[in-house]
Amino acid sequence: MSGRVLVGVKRVIDYAVKIRVKPDNSSVVTDGVKHSMNPFCEIAVEEAVKMKEKKIIKEVVVVSCGPQQAQETIRTALAMGADRGIHVEVTGKDYEQLGPLQVSKIMAALAKKEDAQLIILGKQAIDDDCNQTGQMTAALLDWPQGTFASELTMEGDKIKVVREIDGGLETVKINTPAVITADLRLNTPRYATLPNIMKAKKKKIANLKPADLEVDITSRLEVLRVDEPPQREAGVKVETVDDLVARLKEAGRI
Amino acid sequence: MAALLVRIFSKSCRQICRPWGACQAGWRSRSTHPAPDTSTDQGWVSFPPLQTFSEEESMMREAVKKYAQERIAPFVSKMDDNSAMDEEVLKSLFEQGLMGIEIDPEYNGTGSSFFSSILVIEELAKVDASVAVLCDIQNTLINTLFAKLGTAAQKEHYLSRLSTDMIGSFCLSEAESGSDAFALKTRAEKHKDYYVINGSKMWISNAEHAGVFLVMANVDPSVGYKGITCFIVDRDTEGLEIGKKENKLGLRASSTCPLNFDNVKVPEKNILGQIGHGYKYAIGMLNEGRIGIAAQMLGLAQGCFDATIPYTRQRMQFGKRIFDFQGMQHQIAHVATQIEAGRLLTYNAARLKEAGRPFIKEACMAKYFTAEVATLTTSKCIEWMGGVGFTKDYPIEKYYRDCKIGTIYEGTTNIQLSTMAKFIDKEYDH
Repeated sequence: MSGRVLVGVKRVIDYAVKIRVKPDNSSVVTDGVKHSMNPFCEIAVEEAVKMKEKKIIKEVVVVSCGPQQAQETIRTALAMGADRGIHVEVTGKDYEQLGPLQVSKIMAALAKKEDAQLIILGKQAIDDDCNQTGQMTAALLDWPQGTFASELTMEGDKIKVVREIDGGLETVKINTPAVITADLRLNTPRYATLPNIMKAKKKKIANLKPADLEVDITSRLEVLRVDEPPQREAGVKVETVDDLVARLKEAGRI
Repeated sequence: MAALLVRIFSKSCRQICRPWGACQAGWRSRSTHPAPDTSTDQGWVSFPPLQTFSEEESMMREAVKKYAQERIAPFVSKMDDNSAMDEEVLKSLFEQGLMGIEIDPEYNGTGSSFFSSILVIEELAKVDASVAVLCDIQNTLINTLFAKLGTAAQKEHYLSRLSTDMIGSFCLSEAESGSDAFALKTRAEKHKDYYVINGSKMWISNAEHAGVFLVMANVDPSVGYKGITCFIVDRDTEGLEIGKKENKLGLRASSTCPLNFDNVKVPEKNILGQIGHGYKYAIGMLNEGRIGIAAQMLGLAQGCFDATIPYTRQRMQFGKRIFDFQGMQHQIAHVATQIEAGRLLTYNAARLKEAGRPFIKEACMAKYFTAEVATLTTSKCIEWMGGVGFTKDYPIEKYYRDCKIGTIYEGTTNIQLSTMAKFIDKEYDH
């Protein structure tokens, strides 16, 4: 199988940052907060670049939807070895409401436009933990999907995917074109070496708007409120089992 | 906020009134996080804060930060204990392109700028000053000398090795000549088309692993320092003996060895630059290397500070965080100010050099000041950590030991001050 792979990357708040909710409970604080590429998206990019190095595919195209800063995320992917990028510009209120449904519509439209044979996405984003974009994209395109992939092997024009599921590992074989979502153990993403960062400067990033793809990105969801998880309260020590039962009854637990 | 700032800077002519926006963003994030990216190809002519980086510089910095945390940090303690640089670390430095930052891609280098090197050295020093100095010497001294002075053949032969797998050493100091560098005694006698070098060098960094040595030797002592010439000596040259490395207080993972030259034959074609111009090259390169050392001291101070503050925010005494005591707060704020000042001196010196403007006085100031700041910061950090700061279980004591060399090598503090004074004197000539 040769051809083009589309990889979606999302710019999210860095995993090491302590998240804070805005005082008006509308969303989390993002201003001045460190952002980076979603870790599962990094794994997706790494897998695509590996496939290119093995000459299984010809071109890796990286896509990100968001405001101007999404270009930084695309550049990081280019520095890892992707060939070119597509920045789908979504800003302001539209961006705040951008969710898996809208992104999957965009990915589907781009897959057709770019004649992609494979779409690799991270299994989920660490900010919303939706775990929906890959699945929705496959459904919109009517393509098979191999989600939670921890191992990928090309077999002719089919792909063997080992999936991490609750019960253990499941192996499926799917036709191409297909959508894959990357799980943690698929690979270890490479560092962008300095020479590759320099090379990435010369690679192209195309700019598009959702309207250019004839995609309607209006949201069907409205976020009413965002709250921090309840503060963890101190535990209580009891001396005897009777004490424990009494306390549990008191707290209305039994 | 960041996007808004970029748009304001790039579109309006009201930039003069807008700097507060950038200051705010800088204040809200810690001083280690740069102000929003303002790309210079936006074409606007405002005056961005010193802590403004091009996208390339930001990406490099982020990449090195991550790499240093994941690939170097786990080895730091062991390398210090064993006084030896880990082979894996050396290999990965080359793999990441950190050893040929300014070398042209034609020679497998990264092809980036001097300022990028400075940022890389700073980030490495936050994790390990020994690794930072290895990278600094290679980039600011060895690579620059070859790139500026090398013949096509020399560049062809050495630059691609230097960026891929070969470490270089700069050999100037001797047992009897440190600050008085030009009093060096190593002799190079001319015979037909080769020279014979005799003498010894001391305090040579990277010597344990270096594949090539840039040796300053005098071809004609009768003309004093005007006979000093720079020779390229390969490691396996007969007569070159690399002595046992010093057992040092700090920067232990960086090898520092004496060298002995016993009738070492060096062909004429291995002269770097011109005969008798070695002293000029040495001064010139050390002026730039100075900024690299400033970056190292800066990174060291910041790394130490960053490792200490979280402790002060956690440690409770008398019912509150030790950070909340006014005495602590004042000390901490003072040290933070010194680090910031050191940063600005360093970045400014680097930008001046890149702009082709006079920078020697500023480079001296940066090196002198950051070395002092590193000493102050590390000393204070141990105090703030209390008893645990004094133990090897925490990284703070290593920073304290490592910082001392900053006031000594690549031009002692006294030399820096004297050099600055010479410039100041000249400034008032008219």
